[in-house]
Amino acid sequence: MRIRYLVLSLLMSSLLIGCQSSPKKSTDVANGSKSAGTTDQRFGADTGGGFSGDPLTNPASPLAKRVLYFDFDSSEVSAEDRSIIAAHAEYLTKNPNVSVILEGHTDERGSREYNIALGERRAKAVQQLMLLQGVGQKQLQVISFGEERPVALGHDEAAWRLNRRVEILYSGK
Amino acid sequence: MLRKLIFMGVFLLAAQARAELTIDITQTVEGATPIAIAPFTWTGQPSAPENIAAIIAADLKRSGRFAPLPEADIQPAPQWGQPLQFPVWQARKINDMVVGSLQMRGPDQYVVQFQLFDVKQGTQLTGYSITSQTSHLRKTAHQISDLIYQTLTGERGASDTHIAYVTVVTDKGGHRSYNLSIADADGFNEQIIYSSSQPVLSPTWSPDGQELAYVSYTRGRPELYIQNIQTRIAKRVSAFPGLNNAPAFSPDGRQLALTLSKDGNPEIYILDLASNHLQRLTYNYAIDTEPAWMPDGRSIIFTSDRGGSPQLYQIAISRTGQKTRARRLTFEGNYNARAAISPKGTHVAMVNRNGKGFHIAVLDLKNQYLTVLTDNPLDESPSFSPNGQMIIYATENAGKGILAEVSIDGRAHQRLRFQRGDVREPTWSPFMNSN
Repeated sequence: MRIRYLVLSLLMSSLLIGCQSSPKKSTDVANGSKSAGTTDQRFGADTGGGFSGDPLTNPASPLAKRVLYFDFDSSEVSAEDRSIIAAHAEYLTKNPNVSVILEGHTDERGSREYNIALGERRAKAVQQLMLLQGVGQKQLQVISFGEERPVALGHDEAAWRLNRRVEILYSGK
Repeated sequence: MLRKLIFMGVFLLAAQARAELTIDITQTVEGATPIAIAPFTWTGQPSAPENIAAIIAADLKRSGRFAPLPEADIQPAPQWGQPLQFPVWQARKINDMVVGSLQMRGPDQYVVQFQLFDVKQGTQLTGYSITSQTSHLRKTAHQISDLIYQTLTGERGASDTHIAYVTVVTDKGGHRSYNLSIADADGFNEQIIYSSSQPVLSPTWSPDGQELAYVSYTRGRPELYIQNIQTRIAKRVSAFPGLNNAPAFSPDGRQLALTLSKDGNPEIYILDLASNHLQRLTYNYAIDTEPAWMPDGRSIIFTSDRGGSPQLYQIAISRTGQKTRARRLTFEGNYNARAAISPKGTHVAMVNRNGKGFHIAVLDLKNQYLTVLTDNPLDESPSFSPNGQMIIYATENAGKGILAEVSIDGRAHQRLRFQRGDVREPTWSPFMNSN
């Protein structure tokens, strides 16, 4: 998917190079680059770097954070994660054709079926916050895997912390 | 020559099966009844297709009720058909002794005979002659174990039963495969009955031992299936939006208790398997899951965190479909989940957390006494043997999921270590009367 955006940005940069005469327009699209008024060469180098036509692919955007972590046996979203969820919700309301899967996970401790239920509750807590911000019901799908799909394979708090999570998965990305 | 070759083949297969599984007796019981199982007399060539005496001794030892004498110590070994020298064994403080023979009667046809003696009294307690075939010799040995167990304890033995469990194997590319297997109660004769690249969990037996219900993510989300063990045909029985989890057959096998979240959050329902009628049992904003039936079929014990932490509750099943109130059962520990109810309904095993670590505990429903049976850090998924004497559960050893067993008095402990994969979610079969 990243390749597609690279191609897109290359295409756009060639377009931009084609209209050097309007520096104002180029700074808008170039995402606040300092290149306005500098040389052509300098301008081209900037667009080749972290340029993005879509905030989803911008590593500096809050949208780049797609994993939210939880305390043991808790589905409470942290204050920091609320702002990340808000950014995703804003993006989804602006792009009603985009949908996400909210995948709920737990650490390995305790019983498996309770953990499936807990993973669902975590994912639904995130879903609820997004719905409150006006994201369409159809844009959000909740699936819980409980403890069945750990990302960290250890048997200690360092691993458990990484496994208690909700993943925001953009379809096709 | 041909016969000899066949024998060799069988021997190799048996050796291979043994290499797949190691049983460690981690704690034996002081005061277990000393018993001697003499090597079964074998007159055929080259060597016996199975060591019947060793299988019986292992079965009896795993029950925690018996302390079989090591085979090497049974000297001079009594021979089938010869009078037993009772004073010799009385002097060695052996209570009971088994003497037997294995004879070949035709191509792939055997007769296994045994006698059980009360050494102190100098009398025979029981004796049987059983016909068998190569592939059934281990089963025949388990049947003999159960006959001995029943004669000496008055209770039915559970050696000739099965376990089902899930094994997760990760290949070099990091791809997981989830296998649902059944095996003999001692872990031998493993057969995979379902395999998926997606999570498989919560296998549970039908009361007649012919079917397993389980959860599969094969279509990307949890859905419930019932699979016939003989025909291997599976039927999808629940695929509502959200969770379709935690199946439990009713004692009469006609209904399935399950967890659905289609109405907002996880609640317990009862699905009638013939009519597909659904009865909702719980109405609570909390998590309600892991239903287990009382043997009378009138109430269900389940996990709920309605009180702030997961605890066990009991709820009556109304015949008219009216709402009933749940009663809290567990108060010790900040985490009690995944109830397994003993066959007679007297005890409830669970995953208990009290301070650090998750252990298997058992609650005596009569006197409300909770006993913690295990002390590994990550124990889960308890399941009773059909005679109620043992609990099989999942634990972790050297970073790997393994199965372990504990007697309900907490005195006998053993581990079943499989060579391949993470093993989890054991469930002990009911008694099976067929074959």
